[in-house]
Amino acid sequence: MTDVAIIGFAQSRSRPEAGTTSGVETLVPVFAQALSDAGLSRREVDFWCSGSSDYLAGRAFSFVNAVDAIGAYPPICESHVEMDAAWALYEAYVKILAGEAETALVYGFGKSSAGELRRVLALQLDPYVAAPLWPDSVSVAALQARLGVEAGMFSERDMAEVAARSRRDAAGNPYAQLSGETTADELLTAPYLADPLRVHDCAPVSDGAAAVVLAAGDRARRHRERPAWITGIAHRVDPPGLGERDLTAVASAAAAAAAAGLAGDLDAVELHAPFTHQELLLRAALELPGGVRINPSGGVLCGNPMFSAGLSRIGAAAERVMSGRARRVAGHATSGPALQQNLVCVMEA
Amino acid sequence: MKRAAVLGTGQTHHRTRRTDVSMAGLCREAIDRALADAATDWSQIDAVVLGKAPDLFEGVMMPELFLAQSIGAAGRPLLRVHTAGSVGGATAIVATSLVRAGVHRRVLAVAFEKQSESNAMWALSIQPPFTAQLGAGAGGYFAPHIRAYIRRFDVPAHVGALVAVKDRRNGALNPYAHLRQSGITVESVRESPMLWDPVRYDETCPSSDGACAVVIADQAAAEASDRPVAWIRATAMRTEPTSFAGKDHVNPRAGAEAAAALWRAAGITDPLDEIDVAELYVPFSWFEPMWLENLGFAEPGHGWKLTESGETRIGGRLPVNPSGGVLCSNPIGASGLLRFAESAMQVMGRAGEHQVPGAGTAVGHAYGGGSQFFSMWVVGSEPDHRAK
Repeated sequence: MTDVAIIGFAQSRSRPEAGTTSGVETLVPVFAQALSDAGLSRREVDFWCSGSSDYLAGRAFSFVNAVDAIGAYPPICESHVEMDAAWALYEAYVKILAGEAETALVYGFGKSSAGELRRVLALQLDPYVAAPLWPDSVSVAALQARLGVEAGMFSERDMAEVAARSRRDAAGNPYAQLSGETTADELLTAPYLADPLRVHDCAPVSDGAAAVVLAAGDRARRHRERPAWITGIAHRVDPPGLGERDLTAVASAAAAAAAAGLAGDLDAVELHAPFTHQELLLRAALELPGGVRINPSGGVLCGNPMFSAGLSRIGAAAERVMSGRARRVAGHATSGPALQQNLVCVMEA
Repeated sequence: MKRAAVLGTGQTHHRTRRTDVSMAGLCREAIDRALADAATDWSQIDAVVLGKAPDLFEGVMMPELFLAQSIGAAGRPLLRVHTAGSVGGATAIVATSLVRAGVHRRVLAVAFEKQSESNAMWALSIQPPFTAQLGAGAGGYFAPHIRAYIRRFDVPAHVGALVAVKDRRNGALNPYAHLRQSGITVESVRESPMLWDPVRYDETCPSSDGACAVVIADQAAAEASDRPVAWIRATAMRTEPTSFAGKDHVNPRAGAEAAAALWRAAGITDPLDEIDVAELYVPFSWFEPMWLENLGFAEPGHGWKLTESGETRIGGRLPVNPSGGVLCSNPIGASGLLRFAESAMQVMGRAGEHQVPGAGTAVGHAYGGGSQFFSMWVVGSEPDHRAK
């Protein structure tokens, strides 16, 4: 079986509003950096795959213009998922595994500032019975957090500790939108946004983009001294009905982790947890050992560009391997209301 | 590379409005038929790939999330593909790669569009930021390309009508087709209202609710099948930008290069001679001769001659769209997968009244955006190429 590795990663800075910049303009420097990081030229990319959302952009075919950022002439091999680009990475990984490509560039982009994100995401719910009530994404997450708190799985203080740790770690991340020294005590004095969630419990609204470069076997070794080899990658989805699943168990994350072979020593894990309590739920579902370093980048609580944030988790984890700071890592991505869909990618030096 | 094959296909009855079913019900109608046709069941499906065109068509953001359970994906891997009009083809190709990579044994590819949930014209015509507004809809966008084709090669004016008559009459042989018009004539087409010169009302695809599903499996599963399967001999996808200096909208390079790669991978040197039937994405009648040239079935300027001489009818040298094609049913997100499924049905010998006798090798084709996204496959009754 073909070995597949990550050999390059780049991301834009997460910003609350990218201003008049379009997806195309955001992507151009990100592509240049990712390719330079991988030591690959644009014409050497066999397969391009992206993740983005029409609803976020407020228009049909929002990914079409992004092709302009590639310079896709002569024509290229290309595909797109209407999902976080972590799933585009999965598609590209499969393409390489099947022997249909040797190299791939995966990218995600999203401009959440174009709309009102928490209301836009309400349109992911069942359009016949749930969406007409407009339960926004923060309120849905709050229901999940409440269930966890009531079940005694964690407290509001535990959640605030997650936020404080994330912001401290993000101080070393030049791409983060939020960072700084704070304490749980300080954070807990803030009012509720959606009980039991406070502002610090929720990822900020961000614009941004990211790109990851993949390569097969010897090709990866040729371009990168220390590629991040993908030893397992898997994803699963849970039933949609908020009352049809145990919102605190995250069965799809546990199943993806088992299929990806997550168990074992890990130096760092990047979790895509847009709410503090979701990090706590994911740590339990993935059965992460107590000592493992969670979100050394600060995670999406410090910058959450929709549709590239999941890809960035994998990229950030891979970067720790490529730079020699870690031997075995994992990146996780989520999609849908209340952690409905989850992907786990395990990488090794 | 590992082998993959189509075990079975299913589709809905396509209509302007399928108010009798929800989106989930529409998908299940196609899925249930595909599972039955493949003689398999949910216990054997490892993953689901769902494709559809813009979410604005139904007003649901990423509808695969709320459909997850209805389409049998709960607890399984679920991918959602969106590559504009080519998405149905891309969906089948992603599912094929999952099997060829050895990741899964059986994958369910599903594509749907329930256009009656909204107004497709509106969804295609909103003013995007940073982009010049065209506001022409699909017909207004493509009509100038058709005029350029006619002028470039001095093509007789009735060729478009010939395609419309052939496809609508073929559609009358297809129990699932949205438009079934056995009595249509060249005269009646040429008397129908002009919409976007030279495209008349009867030369235009309808707007449909519909879904299609295909079960794609590995070699072991295909060989274990009691019924004929369609071996996937090659797939190809190519993309180019919407517009740029030097873009040829009549004969786009991305389509030509995808076809060249496809024929090469399938071991086909003379597609007109070696392909028995073609299901091409023809939303406006004139695209049949244009795509015949783009795919290499004819030299530039000669595709219309195949159409005019009747060679693209059932019984001709290269039957094109025996199902009636996009001109008879157009649930946009599913239209590409329908082309891929119909090509498989032909080589499995399960196309019913619109079966092309003895079809052994077939091509399925889809395109999208501004003639810039192309997806294609070649399927055969045999796993490998047999030179004639």
